[in-house]
Amino acid sequence: MDTPVKKKLKVATASLAGCFGCHTSFLDIDERLLTLLEYIEFDRSPLTDIKEVSPDCDIGIIEGGVCNAENVHVLREYRKNCKVLIAIGACAYNGNIPVYRNQFPLPVVLEEVYHTGPGLANGLIPNDPELPLPLNKVHPIHEVVKVDYTIPGCPPSGDAIWKFLTDLLAGREPELGHGLLRYD
Amino acid sequence: MSDTFTLDGKTISFTEGQTIMQAATDAGVYIPHLCYLPELKPHGSCKLCTVKINGRETSSCTMRAAAGMVVESDTEEINSQRRALIHMLFVEGNHLCPTCEVSGNCKLQATAYHLGFMSPQFDHFFPIRRVDASHPDIWLDFNRCILCSLCVQASRDVDGKNVFGLSGRGIKSRLIVNSKSGKLADTDMAVTDKAAQVCPVGVILKKRTAFKTPIGERTYDKKPISEVPDTPAKER
Amino acid sequence: MNTNSIQPEGITGVVDRVVARWRHDPTCMVQILREVQETCDWLPPEAIDRTQELLGVPRTSIEGVAHFYSFFYTQPRGLYRILVSDNITDRMLGNMALLDRLCQSLWVEPGKVSEDGLVSVDTTSDTGMGDQGPALLVNNYAVTRLSEARVDEIVDLVRGKVPLAQWPADYFKVEDNVRRADIMLGHALKPGDALRAAWGRAPAAMLEEIKRSNLRGRGGAGFTTGLKWEACRNAPLKAGQQRIVVCNADEGEPGTFKDRVLLASHADLVFEGMTVAAYAVGATRGFLYLRGEYRHLLDSLNGVLERRRQEGLLGKGILGVPGADFDIEIHLGAGAYICGEESALIESLEGKRGTPRNRPPFPVTNGYQDQPTIVNNVETFAAAALIAVHGGDWYASIGTKQSAGTKILSVSGDCERPGLYEYPFGVTVRQVLEDCGARDTQAVQVSGPSGVCVGAGEFDRRIGFEDIPTAGAFMVFDQSRDMFEVARNFVHFFQHESCGFCTPCRVGTSLLKNMMDKLHKGLGSRFDFAEIEQLNQLLKATSHCGLGHTACNPVLDTVAKFRPAYDQRLRRQDFMPAFDLDMALAEARQMTGRQDSGAHFKTEFGEG
Repeated sequence: MDTPVKKKLKVATASLAGCFGCHTSFLDIDERLLTLLEYIEFDRSPLTDIKEVSPDCDIGIIEGGVCNAENVHVLREYRKNCKVLIAIGACAYNGNIPVYRNQFPLPVVLEEVYHTGPGLANGLIPNDPELPLPLNKVHPIHEVVKVDYTIPGCPPSGDAIWKFLTDLLAGREPELGHGLLRYD
Repeated sequence: MSDTFTLDGKTISFTEGQTIMQAATDAGVYIPHLCYLPELKPHGSCKLCTVKINGRETSSCTMRAAAGMVVESDTEEINSQRRALIHMLFVEGNHLCPTCEVSGNCKLQATAYHLGFMSPQFDHFFPIRRVDASHPDIWLDFNRCILCSLCVQASRDVDGKNVFGLSGRGIKSRLIVNSKSGKLADTDMAVTDKAAQVCPVGVILKKRTAFKTPIGERTYDKKPISEVPDTPAKER
Repeated sequence: MNTNSIQPEGITGVVDRVVARWRHDPTCMVQILREVQETCDWLPPEAIDRTQELLGVPRTSIEGVAHFYSFFYTQPRGLYRILVSDNITDRMLGNMALLDRLCQSLWVEPGKVSEDGLVSVDTTSDTGMGDQGPALLVNNYAVTRLSEARVDEIVDLVRGKVPLAQWPADYFKVEDNVRRADIMLGHALKPGDALRAAWGRAPAAMLEEIKRSNLRGRGGAGFTTGLKWEACRNAPLKAGQQRIVVCNADEGEPGTFKDRVLLASHADLVFEGMTVAAYAVGATRGFLYLRGEYRHLLDSLNGVLERRRQEGLLGKGILGVPGADFDIEIHLGAGAYICGEESALIESLEGKRGTPRNRPPFPVTNGYQDQPTIVNNVETFAAAALIAVHGGDWYASIGTKQSAGTKILSVSGDCERPGLYEYPFGVTVRQVLEDCGARDTQAVQVSGPSGVCVGAGEFDRRIGFEDIPTAGAFMVFDQSRDMFEVARNFVHFFQHESCGFCTPCRVGTSLLKNMMDKLHKGLGSRFDFAEIEQLNQLLKATSHCGLGHTACNPVLDTVAKFRPAYDQRLRRQDFMPAFDLDMALAEARQMTGRQDSGAHFKTEFGEG
């Protein structure tokens, strides 16, 4: 990469109904992260602890699908403030493991977890207003907001993330060839 | 002497009665496909192999080659249609590659890789489908069925058994098995049947073989599907 | 008529009787299942077991058929199975309010069976009563001209478990409503006239006469009849094969009902046309494939066939000529629009799921059981009978250059006099609108959902293959109608009727339906419109048959001609989910008892 001449791009990331594996994989770009930081700065992200997305954020990267009310609020905040929104990982683009619960009605799931299943003492379904309510179904993020790009994989490899972001930063249509484009 | 047609500008020879797919395959040119296997009668349902002949779309697996045809296949327009078809198959069923033991050997996945599919837009249907683990050697995960009906054909035409059939209509179409109980164990299916070898996705699975070959070392991990002829699928 | 009585013969006995009646022939599977269900009210597992035992076919091929056709039930659906016709014209006549009234009075949810197992109520694709709707089917028999009073009476009859045979005959009265008759609806032929005229020529000369007439298929595609017949006649027969004549009376295109009238009042003309065809092409076996919605015609049509046999007009030695053999068998469909496609129809005749075949080869060489087969529309055969009598030149002189003869239009929707209008080809849309008493017309859907939507600026266009080809439907919409809702109804129709064989149609029609519903719910944005356009293009380009190719026509047409109907539904600046977010929390609210602000999505939130 050439020496940066422009203002650094603001990149915000979030993990919704995911496992943070994609964020972990992001860190697998290793020392290339330093190169990347010459071009970008992190905005709201688990990596920074900034609490709100800047209104002029350039890129939002979302890991995980949408399973509860809070996921919807967070996702919409990112969509509203980011010029480009990227889904990263299988959970974000097709729901992945969390959508297994879509095979059952939500009441059946909650009954199983809190009433009939073993393990919980009081058997009550939590109703604290602090807790986000689960949606009746889990959704990939593109079913809730407009998504501009997707980096598939569970998780995508550090190399795939690097290739994708460098393409994007260089103004190319991101492409992952054989070996980098994986859904598993 | 055989006749020729052009495929994306390349001259392809064919013999009388060959389809465009067959002639292209013989010439080493890959046309994406899921419901076609060289050893079974083509029926043209998946539409992945759609090409343009003299400007008109048609399935290359069922269309007989004719001299002088001008066939387009590997164009951005057609590949974009193919990506949409792939995406339709993904959203119609429950295809979760990270949890699928066929990942890396799956033709749907490999074809999607080949076409560079990475921008979902359709909403998922999340259908409620079941699995059938009744058979001692085979289990069925209907979540991944793409209704290619290769197993139906293979069982009927090669095994002479009719273990599988299609039922329902439209979006409710589904694969069924030939028993009163609806269970595979109550059919005469054997793990050595041709029908057990032809599934392009992860529906018909041999028990106790899932991870003999680790992820990363599988058929389409090593080479893109465009470079893997159809036959090795048998040994998967 | 089925009286829903307990069967003394038991399920096995019913199946034994029906299977024997159909010669233990698996190609009659659709007929066998239909007749078993007529007695048993559904297809219980024991019936499928017994059918499998008797026919020795794989169980998958029975279940595959039983689950393909809408009118077959593998779960009990009640003694009374009510299906409310749900074409857009039924909607315009208030069928949904009547459906609600029916369901509320009978304590049953739409699509479900009442708790006592007595009755089920659901919707079905257009039943072919567009000129006398709203209409419904009860146990496959058509009831027309529904009103609140009639619905209430039906509720009483159902509750009182009154057998269908004892319901007032007036309910089942189906009118012809012929408003304008020409050479066909006004013909004066007697049974046998056309046969004697045909037999007066050599078969090749009869075929020549058809070619000279320039008759083209009346099912919509307009293939030249003479060429089709000639191809069949010239197709070589393998050992043991015969040529087949099939009359396509699977009149499933919403808004069409002219074949119903031809078969109700001019059956001899139709059968005569089929027999003329058989003579011309050298066929010995014929089928009439009648849509399941026209069950009420079956017994009288079988009666006509029997009479014709007695009169020497059908069967062995027609007109006393030794070797002049041709007979017709009626097969009834079971609720599948796709079977109007000729190769799907043939599959259905062979007792299979009605999925269209790959073509070539075409039915004229490889049709019913791989034999040379012609499939023609009811009206085409009726025209052939007229041509046999009056000659090809006479017929060619009527209509226009490329569209010889007359066309029967099934007129319905916003007009004073719905019904049948027969015109020489070339009539303008405006003329038809005038004749049927249409006022303030916004649009006409010609040839049904798969046809073309004609806007007010195009009413001088002409009916004919040169301009607007049609299978006969002519649905009129006045200025009060919302053309988006018209298109949405049609999209629902195609989704319901897609056979599921090919990916683009199977999945694409469902995606298109979901998108149209999303717009209907006010959740549309420009992003959704782009997706609709992409789906349209994909369906057109990659579908296996005409259903998929035309499934997007209603949308394409209304987008092009009635764009404001869409624009007002695409006002959202932001992409919105297709589902209601707040409703998606309803189950969780119920399970937790929460009603705090965090338990709801504020409605305005999505606009931010």
